[in-house]
Amino acid sequence: MSLVLNEEQVMLKDSARDFLQSRAPVSHLRELRDSASTEGFSRELWSEMAEMGWPAILVPEQHGGLGYGYTGMGIVLEESGRTLTPSPLLSTALICTAAIVKAGSEDQCEAILPAVAAGEHLLALACDESAQHTPGVNGTEAARNGSTYRINGRKTVVVDGHFADTFIVSARTDEGMSLFLVPASAKGVHVEAYHVLDTHFAANVQFEQVEVEEKDLLGPLHGGQAILDYILDVGRVGVSAELLGLAQEAFERTIEYLKERKQFGVPIGSFQALQHRAAHLFGEIEMCKSLVLKVLNTLDEADDGDPELVSLTKAKLGETAHLATTEAIQMHGGIGMTDEFDIGFFLKRCEILESLFGDNYFHLDRFARQRGY
Amino acid sequence: MTHTDSFRQEVRDWLEINCPESMRKPYRNEAEACWGGRNCEFYSEDQKNWLQRMVSKGWTVPVWPEEYGGADLDREQAKILKEELRRINARPPLESFGISMLGPPLLKYGTEAQKQQHLPPIARGEIRWAQGYSEPNAGSDLASLQMRADDMGDHFNVNGSKVWTSYGDLGDWMFCLVRTDFEAPKHKGISFVMFDMTNEGVSTRPIKLISGKSPFTETFLENTRVEKDQVIGEINDGWTIAKYLLSHEREMIAGSGISASGTLPVSQSAIKAMGTENGILSNTMLRTDIARFEIDERCLELTIERARDEVKAGVSLGAAASMFKYYGTELNMRRYELLMSIGGHDALVWAGESSRDGYLPKMWLRTKGNSIEGGTSEIQLNIVAKRILGLPG
Repeated sequence: MSLVLNEEQVMLKDSARDFLQSRAPVSHLRELRDSASTEGFSRELWSEMAEMGWPAILVPEQHGGLGYGYTGMGIVLEESGRTLTPSPLLSTALICTAAIVKAGSEDQCEAILPAVAAGEHLLALACDESAQHTPGVNGTEAARNGSTYRINGRKTVVVDGHFADTFIVSARTDEGMSLFLVPASAKGVHVEAYHVLDTHFAANVQFEQVEVEEKDLLGPLHGGQAILDYILDVGRVGVSAELLGLAQEAFERTIEYLKERKQFGVPIGSFQALQHRAAHLFGEIEMCKSLVLKVLNTLDEADDGDPELVSLTKAKLGETAHLATTEAIQMHGGIGMTDEFDIGFFLKRCEILESLFGDNYFHLDRFARQRGY
Repeated sequence: MTHTDSFRQEVRDWLEINCPESMRKPYRNEAEACWGGRNCEFYSEDQKNWLQRMVSKGWTVPVWPEEYGGADLDREQAKILKEELRRINARPPLESFGISMLGPPLLKYGTEAQKQQHLPPIARGEIRWAQGYSEPNAGSDLASLQMRADDMGDHFNVNGSKVWTSYGDLGDWMFCLVRTDFEAPKHKGISFVMFDMTNEGVSTRPIKLISGKSPFTETFLENTRVEKDQVIGEINDGWTIAKYLLSHEREMIAGSGISASGTLPVSQSAIKAMGTENGILSNTMLRTDIARFEIDERCLELTIERARDEVKAGVSLGAAASMFKYYGTELNMRRYELLMSIGGHDALVWAGESSRDGYLPKMWLRTKGNSIEGGTSEIQLNIVAKRILGLPG
């Protein structure tokens, strides 16, 4: 596959950009924060996104979706990274939908996917349990009890956990790890929502003697790890696409500022000390564009993805977006430190995305392991 | 089978028969690279056959028109040929500044007679070209060059000196920037000329580098005759040609950031030298740097691929060549820093069989020039800042 967008993808990108820039620019995030929204996103906006077809992008046509694939989803996420728009795109439309499409039974697909595609059902992945992302370690247990399972454990930083209708929960079973679909309304599910630093929300979710049935297993019993690894990779790619949009936007805003802001009677962008740093950053962002497009193509082409390329991408995007947002603050000078000015939002969102599903060190390590060192 | 699949099969079959086994291994030393030219000596029959066979297909210059020695391949086919060559670790049949630097501007700006005269011998590897750009007082500020070409009516009489001529002592012909108008602003008085280096008054002197090697020369011209039909483009408009050539040169240099086919990845060298514990490289601090390096190496590779796909889709590369030159050279320098750390004390040995005559430390020293030659890293960043980002000043 060629590393340029095709005509259909370019149209998707343009329409996503138009929609987000007009309906949900950065000021939308600011309004949510200042209005002390307890959900951290706008359900009205989500309905509009559903009308645009975004939650249907990954859903196969036979379940009421569009079947555009990962590249299409990545394009939309990249654009929403530019506007820092809070929405269930990452968690519901990408990660959990990918999980159900990949591992769900016909009944599960039929029960959930059409509602997801219509924007009427929200999902969250509950897998992390500690301050560091360690997807192989699981303190949550699903004990067999006759024909049912009882889940006990506590999950942290569950993205969109505060409003999800259904959770995908990873839990230890006798001979391995299994994934379960658990309704948020099930008895014994306690959700504790909290604000994170970018004004988005997340939740810790306690599962206390939560009873589920065989039919709630997502994928084979004891066979959850491979599915989890795959959907985490999908999530990492989605985060990388969002980071790409965020880094480009922060960079472009900074370049504009360098051209406008005058000191010593000249635009500060005429100073070589700043020019060289900007030019270096330009190169790094160009590298990131190639990575994101390549890894999205790979997800569409290869059933199991490419863990080495995913970790490479997540690590590089994390480091580059970090550089782009810290340079953005420095080059904006004092005004960049003020709450009134938007650039600080990019730094905050970047910090969240960097840490999500494994930070830069996690992925440097995983990349090296994949390459045999 | 699609059109491209059948082309790939055709290439693969042909290479299987025609690329000698010994030409599918990395160079053992620099002397094994084939540069062609009047004084070319093949070190083996295989090397000679490989060049001649590729020449007969037009594949030393696959995208050039057939009439000039090429194969008229489109970019998709050229990419396939490249991939197939890489797949079998084939050596380039010919290393050539004629191909990588002079060819593109000659094709774009040359007269028909100039193309007929120069392109086919370049494609066949018969004439080796040298580049006359930098001067003692014109390095980063290249346009201030002073080599003087006086108009004698039917020809130019040229005097002055060039520096940093790659393999100047081995060149047959030189393409060269000279000043033809001393009154005009510096960019407006330059012409791009070509001459035979056996002409009267041309001499060279090797420059010994910190690596102990002499891949560059100074080149002196004393009343050297240059014919008027050997000017590319208009007289005094040589800067246009010079810049066009430089963007191609930079694109070529950028490729040095990617490991050549057949060389060991840096991480594999580290494993061999240092070993692993529980599957992890023993030196964990170095491991992180190696991982970052290998990530950037892949980044560059994919971005060059993307740029080629974009060119195919009609987007021009332009000033982006400067970004590639910067990124590629910085990466190659990092590669040798890592290899020196991996080598430890062994990497300090300067001579003798065990160190292949100090191959590694000499290469490491040589790479220090990567961020200087072809326009320094700082010049490339200036170009990106001004021409791509549109920053003022």
